[in-house]
Amino acid sequence: MMSHWIIAPVMLPAVVGALIVLLMRNDLMLQRVFSLGATIVLAAISLAMLYAATVHPPEVYFLGNWPAPFGIVLVLDRLSALMVALTAFLALCVQLYVIGTDWDARGRHFHALFQFQLMGISGAFLTGDAFNLFVFFEVLLIASYGLMIHGGGKNRLRAGVQYVAFNLLGSSLFLFGLGTLYAVTGTLNIADLAVKAQVLPEGDAALFRVAVVMLFLVFAIKGALVPLQFWLPGTYANAPGPVAALFAVMTKVGAYAVIRFGVMVVPATTPATGGLVADMVLPAGLLTLVLGALGVLGAGTLSRLAAFAAVASMGTLFIAISGFTPAATSAALYYMVHSTLAGAALFLIVDLVIDRRAHDGLHAALPPIAQSGLIAGLFLASAIASAGMPPLSGFIGKLLVLDALRDQAGLVWPVILGTSLIVILGFARAGSTVFWKAHASAPLEAPRHPPEALSFVAVGALLAGLTVLTVFAGPVTAWMDATAASLHDPAAYIAANNLQKAR
Amino acid sequence: MEALVASALGLLTAAGTYLMLRLRTFPMIVGLTLLSYAVNVFIFAAGRLVTGMPPIITKDAIGYADPLPQALVLTAIVISFGMTAVIVMMALGAFLEAGDDRADMTEGDGQADKPSGGGGAP
Repeated sequence: MMSHWIIAPVMLPAVVGALIVLLMRNDLMLQRVFSLGATIVLAAISLAMLYAATVHPPEVYFLGNWPAPFGIVLVLDRLSALMVALTAFLALCVQLYVIGTDWDARGRHFHALFQFQLMGISGAFLTGDAFNLFVFFEVLLIASYGLMIHGGGKNRLRAGVQYVAFNLLGSSLFLFGLGTLYAVTGTLNIADLAVKAQVLPEGDAALFRVAVVMLFLVFAIKGALVPLQFWLPGTYANAPGPVAALFAVMTKVGAYAVIRFGVMVVPATTPATGGLVADMVLPAGLLTLVLGALGVLGAGTLSRLAAFAAVASMGTLFIAISGFTPAATSAALYYMVHSTLAGAALFLIVDLVIDRRAHDGLHAALPPIAQSGLIAGLFLASAIASAGMPPLSGFIGKLLVLDALRDQAGLVWPVILGTSLIVILGFARAGSTVFWKAHASAPLEAPRHPPEALSFVAVGALLAGLTVLTVFAGPVTAWMDATAASLHDPAAYIAANNLQKAR
Repeated sequence: MEALVASALGLLTAAGTYLMLRLRTFPMIVGLTLLSYAVNVFIFAAGRLVTGMPPIITKDAIGYADPLPQALVLTAIVISFGMTAVIVMMALGAFLEAGDDRADMTEGDGQADKPSGGGGAP
C-alpha cells in the first residue's frame, strides 16, 4: 500500500524543478547532481509503485481528502504504475546521455524543464480525473515547448512555434470535449464516467458521442495518428536529440489515454457509442503505419528517419489498441514499452551520428565518423528493434499484435508485414549510406571526437532494457495479460474510487 | 440568451479558426486567443445557462447554478493565458532569428543542416 507515496512522482519533480530554477540557476554541476538524484529517486519510487500495484488492487489518493467524484483523485493501478516506471527509466537514460554529451550546457534551464516535463508526464499517467488529465497535459506540453527549442536556432524555433500552435489548438479541442462531456454526464472523474457512460439516457447518446469523438481527436493529436500526425516529423527532427528521445514517451501519453478511455470508459459494450472508437482507431492506425514506413524509406535526413520510425511505431501501437480485446490490449502494452525504448534509443544514436558528422543528410556519403564501429553496431541493434526483426523485442511485440488481431488477419496482417519490409529497407539504406559508403570516401585525417563514455552507457542501457524485455518476454506478457484483464473489467478500479452519490 | 451565447460562440470559433489558418504568426496567435475565449464561454455554458440562481446550497433556493464549470473555466483561463505568453515569446524569437514571421517551413527548412559545400541561405 502506497498511501501518500502516490503523489510523490508529481511532487518530487515539481519541487526539485523549482529548486533548480530558484537556487542553482548558475551552477550546472549542482543542477546535474540534483536533477539526476531526483530522477533516480523517482525511478526507485516508481519501482515500489509497480510492485504495490502488482500485489494490491488499485489504490486511490484523494487530493485534499475530498471524496470522489467531487474532488480530484490520483489512481495507482497496474497501467499507471507501468507507465510511470517506463517514464522514469527512460528519463534516467536520457539524462545520463544529456550529461555525457553536454547538451544541457547548450542552453539554459534544461534540468528544470526536464523535471517539470517528468512532473507532467507522471501526473498524466496517475490522474483519475479527466479535467486533471488536461491540466497535466498542459504541464507536460509547456515544459516540452521549452525543451524543444533548447539550444535555439532558426529552424528549431520555427518548428517550435508550429508545434506550440498545433498543441494549443489540440488543447482548445480538449476543453470543448471536456465541456461537452461534463454537460452530458455531469462528472469528470474517470471511474464515475465509466459508470455513467453505461447508463446514459438515450436522448443524450448523440451529444456523448460528439464528446467522445472530440476527446479521441485530441488523443490522436498527441499520439500522432493520421491525419493528425503532421506536427511530429518536423518537431522531432528539429528538437535536440535527447529531447526527441524523451518525447518518445509523450506520444505514448496519447496511446495511454486511448487505452484508458477506450477500454475502461467507453468499451464496445457501451450502448451510446458501440464500436465507434474501434472504427475510428483501426483505419487511422493502418494509415499511420503505412505513412510512417514510407517516411522511413523516403527520409532525406537521419533525424527525419527516426521521426517517421516513431510515427510507424505509433501506427502499430494503435492497430493493436483498436482490437479492444484483452489479448489485443496486452499486446499493445508490450509493444508500447518496446517502442518507447526502441524509439528513444534510435533518437539518441542519431544524435551521436549528427554530432560527429557535418550534416545528417542521407543523399551523400561523408568520411567515416569517430567511434564508427561502435555507433554502427548500436544503430544496427536499434534498427532491428524498430523494424521488428528477431531476435529483439520488436519481433515479439509484432508477433503478439498479429496473434491478437487474428480475426482481422486479412486486413491487418498484410499491412503490418508489408510495412515491416519497407522499414527494413529504409533502415538498411540509411545505415549503408552513413556507415558503409563512408569508407569509400577516403578521410583526409582520422576523425576525432571525445568518446563521451556516458552517452554510450545511456544508449546501452536502453538497448539492455529491450534485451530484458525480450529475454523475459514470458513473465512480462503474463503481467501485461493481467493488466489488460483488469482494464477490461474495471470493477476494482471503480470500487477503489469509493464514489459518493450527490445528495 | 441561449441563441446569443450560441451565436457568440460560433462567431468566435469561426473567426479563430480562420485566423489560425493564416501563414503569419501574429494572426495565428490572435486566432488562438479568440478560440480560447470561445472555449471559456463554452465551458461556462456546459453547466447550463441560468440567471440569478445561487451556486451554494441554501434552504430556500428554487434552483442552482452549477459551480464546477466556474472552477474549470478559471483553470482554463490561467492555462490559455500562460500558453499565449509562451507562444508570443517563441514567435518573437523565431521572428528575430529568421527575419520574418512566416509560420510555415519552406522546403529544406526541415533539414537540421545544409549539405556541406552546398551551404548557402535557404
